[in-house]
Amino acid sequence: MSNATNPILKVDGLTVDFLSDDEPVRAVDDISFHVSRGETLVILGESGSGKSVSTSAVMDLIDCPPGDIVAGSCLFDGVELSGLGAEARRSINGRRIAMIFQDPLAYLNPVYTVGRQIEEVYESHGAGSGKDARAKTIELLRRVGIPEPENRVDFYPHQFSGGQRQRVMIAMAIALKPDILIADEPTTALDVSVQAQILDLLRDLQRETGMALIMITHDLEVAASMADRIIVMNGGKVVETGIAKEVFSNPQHAYTRRLISALPHGNAAEAPNKRSTAIAGETLLKVEHLTKHYVLASGAFSSKRTFKAVDDISFEVRRGETLGIVGESGSGKSSVARMLLGLNAPSSGKAVFAGENIFEMNEKRLMAFRRKVQMVFQDPYGSMNPRMRVYSIISEPWVIHGDILPKNRWKARVAELLELVGLLPEHADRYPHQFSGGQRQRIAIARALASEPELIVCDEAVSALDVSIQAQVIDLLAGLRTRLSLSYIFITHDLPIVRHFADRIMVMKDGKIVEEGQTSALFGAPRHEYTQSLLQAVPRPKWLTQAQ
Amino acid sequence: MITYLGRRAFHSILSVIGLLTLVFFLTRLTGDPSALYLPLDSTAEARAAFARLNGLDQPIYWQFLDYLRDLLQLDFGESLRQNRSAMQVALEAFPETLKLAAVAITLSTALAILVGSLAAARPGSMFDRVASFVSLAGASAPDFWVAIVGILVFAVGLGLLPTSGTGTWAHWIMPVFVLMLRPFGLLVQVVRGTMLSALASPYIKTARAKGLPLQKIIFGHALRNSLLPVVTVAGDLATSLVNGAVVVESIFGWPGIGKLMIDSIIQRDFAVVQSTILVTATAIFILNIAIDLLYAVLDPRIRY
Repeated sequence: MSNATNPILKVDGLTVDFLSDDEPVRAVDDISFHVSRGETLVILGESGSGKSVSTSAVMDLIDCPPGDIVAGSCLFDGVELSGLGAEARRSINGRRIAMIFQDPLAYLNPVYTVGRQIEEVYESHGAGSGKDARAKTIELLRRVGIPEPENRVDFYPHQFSGGQRQRVMIAMAIALKPDILIADEPTTALDVSVQAQILDLLRDLQRETGMALIMITHDLEVAASMADRIIVMNGGKVVETGIAKEVFSNPQHAYTRRLISALPHGNAAEAPNKRSTAIAGETLLKVEHLTKHYVLASGAFSSKRTFKAVDDISFEVRRGETLGIVGESGSGKSSVARMLLGLNAPSSGKAVFAGENIFEMNEKRLMAFRRKVQMVFQDPYGSMNPRMRVYSIISEPWVIHGDILPKNRWKARVAELLELVGLLPEHADRYPHQFSGGQRQRIAIARALASEPELIVCDEAVSALDVSIQAQVIDLLAGLRTRLSLSYIFITHDLPIVRHFADRIMVMKDGKIVEEGQTSALFGAPRHEYTQSLLQAVPRPKWLTQAQ
Repeated sequence: MITYLGRRAFHSILSVIGLLTLVFFLTRLTGDPSALYLPLDSTAEARAAFARLNGLDQPIYWQFLDYLRDLLQLDFGESLRQNRSAMQVALEAFPETLKLAAVAITLSTALAILVGSLAAARPGSMFDRVASFVSLAGASAPDFWVAIVGILVFAVGLGLLPTSGTGTWAHWIMPVFVLMLRPFGLLVQVVRGTMLSALASPYIKTARAKGLPLQKIIFGHALRNSLLPVVTVAGDLATSLVNGAVVVESIFGWPGIGKLMIDSIIQRDFAVVQSTILVTATAIFILNIAIDLLYAVLDPRIRY
């Protein structure tokens, strides 16, 4: 890069503390980085690595207190940003450095139209108002790919899809052609196919405007597809930095190596196979013509409209088998799970578990059935009572199903289960908030195991976890399947993640099964174009696409 | 939308009918009006004639049917005390209450939004602590006590303000102030709480990243999102004021519907009691529908 010697932003020795009850927590520890015009710098790290805090500090978005920028300098185009007055700061934010965030629905103001929120950028920086700002806004929305911008400009954020909302956020950020765009996990909340579109848009905009792009992500594929240079953060420190291709092909730091090896999407031949070894031929669950309709609107003045969340699907799960159900948001995959657990009633169809249709069971039979089928949710923190200790959480099934275990053996069994999922017996006395995300998911699995189930339904059970933790939890699940001869229904939006874990995969779209087959066959030769698009949507490294 | 309004109106009418039924029988439990309106030594014949004249000799269910039949013809009965239409009496008093309630609730809401927002913008600051103390004191002080102390100090002691009645603007000061205290105190607490969480929300980060001026972030983005709970509480407080601030109106001799209601109950002027209840209940139902519509205006995600 010709102007690499003259970076537009140079951060030097940045250190940020967060005040807590005990002693300050060092979120960012003496990090330095720089970025030049037209260049993309990716800050890669898992949750809690300090990657978001470091850019928030650049944008002056850290609340002080509890945050405290202890040391360091941020030199932007010759101006020192730290200690800048509020007015000078305001003229840089939004105008010269702009930012987009992970969850556009939360980051857009719900009560204003998107047009108004974009116009505001022009108005507050004296770059146009009234009709002028509106015309510019419509043009901007057209540029980022919002259809019918003349009408959509007066829509509210909740009336857009997730991908469109992120386009609106991008429009807002690039309104005044900033020198630097900071993108904080911009595609993490989006489906893979939408993710690819947003990344393309960012690349195009960067080419057009020559802005510098700082992208924060935990996703190695996204990082590889975007980065010119990369810095890897862990525990608030920069552990590795360099040209993207070199970091990926020849990682120096142990942490980076671990991250790259944990990649579930890596080369199929290299990765160890975690599929089941022994599948008994016996059918455990047989689902036939399962359908769920939701009535959207009905009343005296409107005709009845229905939404087919699940549309006539049939499948079976055999003992000891893992069935992966893959689909993007709205595909109906979670509705299937909820019906199988009896949390929602189906509109029609049946599901036979061990010879009995679960939708026709009486209260007593249903209780017995629920012992045999357990669920692990996406958000382990949200699905656990924060005021219960781990011991109570895990032993709760025994309170409900009194015949599983006599009370005097509970303590020993909780300890056993905790060891089974890789935790320590003394963890039983702690509360959920005292654990990390991966540990909480282990607790959720231990709770699921407590009732001695035969089938566990995992609904996006690893989606909220960091890549390296994802791999560990999947290893755990695979190990348990062999030891306890369990069956899994593993629901995910991330096709590659089930590659080495599921025996069979079922791809869902708009409530229907579009493709089903043995995992290796499906990955080797996907028949349906939707499956193909899902596989291709996985971002390819930038150095490969550039070479082509 | 039209369907929604129709349904709400229908439910409201049902509730009003239920309320009027309850009031009709409860007022009859207070005793026989003839004991109050005739001289103590009046004869049995005179009492019977009074009862016959006012339909009080009929069985109570018959009186009730009579009352309902009259209601359908918009005949709300005569005031025993004033010998004129009971509804007219109620409708004369109601605007006085409405004016007082509107001034008190508008002022206290506006002031509370300002104070609460500024307190939330700098939590823990001196301003925040003073605001919290004052609002808590305002919400906790009994209004009759403040009213009486106010009269003692400003009317009796200093002679600055009139003790009671209406007429000049000076007559408004003490009733409005006393009526504002509680709504102001409660609303400051509500505004401060909702503003604190609104200011911590992600879209405020976006606003800061956009480089918006502070007052736009606080009053444009955060406040607009905090208004729903404020409207709920303010609406609830407005309801209680429209209902007639019985104590405050009585203390300050304000000729509003609250004072009329309590006077009519004491005098067993049944037709007037029923008319005041009908008027205030209708007003409250309209107010509630208006609040629901205001929700939809404030939050585009709410649609009926």
